[in-house]
Amino acid sequence: MPVHQNQADQDKAVAHKDDLARAHAAGSIATLTGRPLQANTGIPLDLNWVKDVRANTSAVERRAQTQVARRTVKKEWQAAWLLRAITCIDLTTLSGDDTDERVRRLCAKARQPIQQELVRQLKIEELDVKVAAVCVYHLFVETAVRALEGSGIPVAAVSTGFPAGLSPLAERVAEIRRSVEAGAQEIDVVITRAHVFGGAWQALYDEISVFKQACGPAHIKVILASGDLLTLRNVARASVVAMMAGADFIKTSTGKEPTNATLPVGLVMVRAIREYAQQTGMAVGFKAAGGIRTAKQSLDWLAMMKEELGLPWMQAPLFRLGASGLLGDIERQLEHHATGRYSADYRHPIA
Amino acid sequence: MSIAEKFLTMEYGPAPEDPKEANSWLERHNRRFDHFINGTWQAPAAGAYFETLDPSNGEKLASVAQGTAADIDAAVHAARAAYPKWRALTPHIRARYLYALARLVQKHSRLLAVLETMDNGKPIRESRDIDIPLVARHFYYHAGWAQLLDQEFPDYESCGVVGQIIPWNFPLLMAAWKIAPALATGNTVVLKPAEFTSLTALALAELCQEAGLPAGVANIVTGDGSTGEALVKHPDVDKIAFTGSTEVGRAIRSANAASDKRLSLELGGKSPFIIFEDADLDSAVEGLVDGIWFNQGQVCCAGSRLLMQESIAEPLIGKIRERMSTLRIGPPLDKAIDIGAIVARAQLDRIQRMVGQGIAEGATCWQPHVTLPARGFYYPPTLLSNVHPTSIVAQQEIFGPVLAAMTFRTPQEAVELANNTVYGLAACVWSENINVSLHVAAQLKAGVVWVNCTNLFDASCGFGGYRESGYGREGGREGLLEYLTPAWFKKAPKLSATSEVKSPLLADAARSGAPQVSHDSEDLGENSGPPAIDRTVKLYIGGKQARPDSGYSMDVRSPDGHLLGEVSLGNRKDIRNAVEAARKASTWTKATAHNRAQVLYYCAENLSQRRDEIVHTLSRAVGERQAATELDLGIQRIFSYAAWADKFDGAVHNPPFRNIAIAMNEPIGTVGIICPTEAPLLGFLSLVMPALAVGNSVIAVPSETYPLITSDLYQLFDTSDMPGGAINIVTGYVSQLLKTLAEHDDVNAIWCFTDAASASAAKAMSVGNLKQVWTNEGRAIDWFDPKVAEGRWFLQHATQVKNIWVPYGE
Repeated sequence: MPVHQNQADQDKAVAHKDDLARAHAAGSIATLTGRPLQANTGIPLDLNWVKDVRANTSAVERRAQTQVARRTVKKEWQAAWLLRAITCIDLTTLSGDDTDERVRRLCAKARQPIQQELVRQLKIEELDVKVAAVCVYHLFVETAVRALEGSGIPVAAVSTGFPAGLSPLAERVAEIRRSVEAGAQEIDVVITRAHVFGGAWQALYDEISVFKQACGPAHIKVILASGDLLTLRNVARASVVAMMAGADFIKTSTGKEPTNATLPVGLVMVRAIREYAQQTGMAVGFKAAGGIRTAKQSLDWLAMMKEELGLPWMQAPLFRLGASGLLGDIERQLEHHATGRYSADYRHPIA
Repeated sequence: MSIAEKFLTMEYGPAPEDPKEANSWLERHNRRFDHFINGTWQAPAAGAYFETLDPSNGEKLASVAQGTAADIDAAVHAARAAYPKWRALTPHIRARYLYALARLVQKHSRLLAVLETMDNGKPIRESRDIDIPLVARHFYYHAGWAQLLDQEFPDYESCGVVGQIIPWNFPLLMAAWKIAPALATGNTVVLKPAEFTSLTALALAELCQEAGLPAGVANIVTGDGSTGEALVKHPDVDKIAFTGSTEVGRAIRSANAASDKRLSLELGGKSPFIIFEDADLDSAVEGLVDGIWFNQGQVCCAGSRLLMQESIAEPLIGKIRERMSTLRIGPPLDKAIDIGAIVARAQLDRIQRMVGQGIAEGATCWQPHVTLPARGFYYPPTLLSNVHPTSIVAQQEIFGPVLAAMTFRTPQEAVELANNTVYGLAACVWSENINVSLHVAAQLKAGVVWVNCTNLFDASCGFGGYRESGYGREGGREGLLEYLTPAWFKKAPKLSATSEVKSPLLADAARSGAPQVSHDSEDLGENSGPPAIDRTVKLYIGGKQARPDSGYSMDVRSPDGHLLGEVSLGNRKDIRNAVEAARKASTWTKATAHNRAQVLYYCAENLSQRRDEIVHTLSRAVGERQAATELDLGIQRIFSYAAWADKFDGAVHNPPFRNIAIAMNEPIGTVGIICPTEAPLLGFLSLVMPALAVGNSVIAVPSETYPLITSDLYQLFDTSDMPGGAINIVTGYVSQLLKTLAEHDDVNAIWCFTDAASASAAKAMSVGNLKQVWTNEGRAIDWFDPKVAEGRWFLQHATQVKNIWVPYGE
């Protein structure tokens, strides 16, 4: 019986690839249910849209809960999904005790996230699995850029007075510019939460627009700090405003808030991304960050992306997992897949 | 396909649940099952077995005994024999048995889930995450009621032997819903599972053995419709509890009309799913998934009629289609499957036929591109738009993954469309505005209303329908009452043929010096003084005295044959007019409880003022002593229900979710009441007052013994600010008026408190719209004893419980 199901899935996958081909031909970066989408250039602030945003907390929580129970991947599929998760990781170190040497170690791990032996056992040499980016404070951008030279892995810098975002605007903007000059290709910015609480959507829009401008060619990931915003409606509205202001990615959390990336928060954000894509024809990426430590969690996030947005949002250009410890757990799971034995953390090189 | 290829396609791949344990369980039984009777497995008397199939591939799972009348008789006999000991156990001991069953269900949860999925075709993630946990919860919850029974229901007793018939859509869950409350209240049961899905009930039988449940307390007889029929007709069964189609429910009602078996029916539905423009649309779409694409849409409360506010219809349909495209349909044992197999070929055929008919009637059919498994019974998720209320797919239950979509313009229209159905099981309302959602929820004719959620169930919340979706509730305190009878009622003697009252309390009342009638007014009897001014007793309809349609009157005579007067001879047209008037009595039915109480108090006040005059006339029929007592107790009775009017509160249940589940006691609607003969005034007030107190409108037929009371009553109501139509009185030949009332499809309940024959007639003639029937089963009720003749038991029958689920959170 599963044979038929797989055949159906394969057919769909082939159809999807065709879509992708068409999309690339048209200069777009993704498709959503067959429709090609462009990179986000932003739109004027539409306050009616912001006000019309709804998010019923109980219903969102229920969907997030049941989705985890409704979807699972096993065996080779699970291995494939875990490898995919690795390629979507923004390998991150954002601690007060970060040093150049620590960042260099992280970059080495980013280049080679899985042991060679395991790569051979899984027969995935051709995939050349690497993480999506390395994410550091501004101070370590240059170190990271040098350490990653030739790998194709971009450096992301957290910016704009991360994590609170309460330094003067001019300084926050200057910070972005400095990071871009130092070689960061992606900038993770934090918003002024007070704008959300005060319903100052124009102020929020203007702030993000200025950040976007300062980023120049670098991708801007807008951190909503959902753990501070607390209500799902706040998260949903902030998502919409960030996208209107030109965000390339919207990101859940700084990792420094009381609660980090949760599936309900993620669900509200990806639904906003879908709505925005349908309304504007532009694709915005999603980054879940903070508290994602287990291989199982990464599968749940990938399944949510597949269900709500589809294959393009299961790939690094539009999906990231901001994490530091996650990679180790994924490696252990992959080794279990390869050997049939449960692994131990000390058997895998640390960052 | 290599890992590298899978890395590119990112498909889910198969995730099958291993059926090995379930198969070895079947093998241990040699894939052949007998009946479970008197604690042991017993071969069917006729020796016949039938096959039960796995609908996901059409293969045979096992042979199951075909029950006959002889098997049913053996099971009922065992249940009867076990009953005295079981009911005599302390509640605590019964609680222990139920607790043990709950534990055992949990211990064997995966086996039960896999078996359920194999036999029924529902996705394993539903049987595993929804059905089986709810089964355990149901036993736990009722273990609690068993423990508390004596304290919480001191004046109630179990019914006796209960026959239970359940459907195939939630086989084990329905078994639990039936067995747990029955056993908790001290009944013994004979359960007949659905023909398509007997296996988990038989596994439950094994758990009963393991729990050491005394032999005969729970019996399971498998078979088809004929087996069920034998159970329904068995004379030694005290109650029938049925869940299934409205059609069969009607047949059961008819078959039992002549008996005094209690009956609870949980029947079909065509539940509305209302989405307002201010709803969280993405969440509402997920609600639909949980509504109509849950269990392949084979759910009696499935939100199968989508009502969308016009302004959002187009984007909403787009969202629904997108979501339908990501539903995964396939082998139900796969852990990532949303839609499994339809239970049987016959059901699949029915779905195909009805969808075809819907399309022929103009509906637009949309289905996502899905490849169905080559074997087994599958049907893709289906959206029918451009459906009109007249279409068959908007009216009839499809029982498949088929959604019929319509639009509305205003909340009023949404309510009107939602209530435009013979059913009334469940409804969903999606709106972020609490005013809109609760206002609409209050107006929906449905036993369960889910606000911003769908298909939530819990043992603590009553489940059951309005209208032709059945009567009775399952779950909660309200569900427990279905298995309990007031202890006094069980012992009440048969009503004697004469209308003579034998209440010991009547004698007491007289002795205790109730004020006697004063004789200061002149007696205007036939043989003394000048002729009395003729008093024409008319009908009372819509707050006005009305001449009967027939233009005839009928004589009313005293017990010794003297002509006491004449009353109007009402006929079916008068009943029709009365029902129309009752329907329009919104001033009463929408009045606040406080206002209703005020009017009732005013009635009591005016009755008291006219006491002597009424006692005087009534005494000619029932004697002076009874007349005086009827009147004095009548005043008290009115006071009681005036007091109750604003105190018969509902409840807030405690299901394990973050929400409030409000159980509201709502009036049933229009109630037809055939009043008792033995106490013309007090009997009338004892039934009419509770019905009015909770906001019903009433058509009362006074006893033939002394219908002359009508003129006193309408003068009473007229002078007490009772709004027109709230109470209508039609006199005439009771048997004729009963027939019209019982058959009238716009009457929601019929109460008949005369003799056993009338009770049977009321039941038999009420099947048209399956109105709620309440009778005295031909038993004598002591109307003079307030302990039995007033209070909650009456109010419960005058109301139906609506459970409104409102999750909250921000």
